[in-house]
Amino acid sequence: MNDYLIELRNVSFVRQGRAILKDVGLKIHRGEIVTLIGPNGAGKSSLLKLALGLETISSGQRIIQPDLRIGYMPQKMTIPDTLPLSVKHFLELAKRYDKSKLMSVSERLSIIDLLKRPMQKLSGGELQRVLLARALLSNPELLVLDEPVQGLDVSGQAELYHLISDLKDELDCGILMVSHDLHLVMAATNKVICLNGHICCEGHPQTVQNDPSYLELFGRSMPAHLAPYTHHHDHTHDEHCQHDHSHDHDDKGAQ
Amino acid sequence: MMWLLDSLLAGWLLSLMSGPLGSFIVWRRMAYFGDTLAHSALLGITLGFMFDVQLNLAIVLCAVFVALILASLQRQHFIPSDTLLGLMAHTTLAAGLVTLSLVDNVRIDINAYLFGDLLAVNRDDVITLAIGSAVVLLVLSRMWKGLLAVSVSEELAQVEGYQVGRLRLLFMVLLAVVIAGAMKLVGVLLITALLIIPAAAARPLSQGPKQMAALATIISMLAVAMGLGLSYYFDTPAGPSIVLTSAFFFLLSQSGYRLIKQN
Repeated sequence: MNDYLIELRNVSFVRQGRAILKDVGLKIHRGEIVTLIGPNGAGKSSLLKLALGLETISSGQRIIQPDLRIGYMPQKMTIPDTLPLSVKHFLELAKRYDKSKLMSVSERLSIIDLLKRPMQKLSGGELQRVLLARALLSNPELLVLDEPVQGLDVSGQAELYHLISDLKDELDCGILMVSHDLHLVMAATNKVICLNGHICCEGHPQTVQNDPSYLELFGRSMPAHLAPYTHHHDHTHDEHCQHDHSHDHDDKGAQ
Repeated sequence: MMWLLDSLLAGWLLSLMSGPLGSFIVWRRMAYFGDTLAHSALLGITLGFMFDVQLNLAIVLCAVFVALILASLQRQHFIPSDTLLGLMAHTTLAAGLVTLSLVDNVRIDINAYLFGDLLAVNRDDVITLAIGSAVVLLVLSRMWKGLLAVSVSEELAQVEGYQVGRLRLLFMVLLAVVIAGAMKLVGVLLITALLIIPAAAARPLSQGPKQMAALATIISMLAVAMGLGLSYYFDTPAGPSIVLTSAFFFLLSQSGYRLIKQN
């Protein structure tokens, strides 16, 4: 576990004169799931894009294993109606595409029946499985998922998280993902990072769960799986976060 | 009759390029971008005359130059993309017209460059177009997957290791070559129509990207043949006649598609 796949060291990100991220550190090892949580506008997606190299860091360092194979599942994707593109066509565009791999991945994600369907005619859940399939076609060592379960119902979410956790073991890859809701990812995640422009708190969910500052952040009502919960982020960003703030998540994850 | 054959061949060779590239323009919503590059072609011609550069080469260079300026201007956020495109299109057209009037030892027919001139196409043009379209088709077939991946999602393509910047530049160069080739036949103002109308007509009939590109090519070839026929028998201008027949095919495919859908 000593060799990491990717590391961001003291990274800051400024876009159009606005500071999005400040002094953030992140390290992902093989076989590890790191989950980013935080309110809207906390810079979760920006952090993913920095890790992927899609955005350029303003200061700090991005250290990445040479020739690291990355699979990326974007939050959403709209294929223009002007482009006739079946699921199979879409998957064939993967840089490292080969036919047998396509069939095995499609089988694994149960999308065989969708292969002939136009991309524009997929439901939310189907599109997510197709996007995940495309990410898997790169045979990734690092899998980056931007809100993978967005828009699914609770059982669908649990199923997809289960699948992701299984895939991690099968591929022996590292996973970095953004999630809106904490409860469902808890079991599978090795490390949770709570982000709000800077890192508010991080650690193994079990340890963090007992941390007073964590309880301050997310409330004590953790067992209340089925109730929507809220937490607030209304503090200013100082260097050393005091965790005396409350959070607000509009959490649609819970039933 | 020989000149008609040359025009027909030139038009068909052009269709081989404009079918696939026009499809990309439709997929990537770059119609105005193509139009802007086309408008710069006249400036390319005058600069070619002034500095004694081969005209087709001058058009290509000028269009690529304009494309690069556009790409760098689009990085700022104060002026929206469509305004920028309109600004560049008309500025380069105006610059072309003004510089043309300053070059006094050249007497050329502006109309021919704006709307195309059937009679101007000769055997040499056909040969140039044949070489040009062979190169464009070869490059397209080799880079097809990358160009399509970038059109579907630039982010995903970049993460997977496609050379997104290079592919984008390549697309501009290919487009510039088509514009240079189309200039004589249909003229600056109608080139975009030749690119997008056959692709738009092919869309409802297509199930996949390659199929759409192929259908667009066929429709474009039919439109060229019919347009030239019209032009020959009724003495109408060639470029506009081709564009009108393309539009006719577009209407046909639209209404055909609706009829099929209803039943």
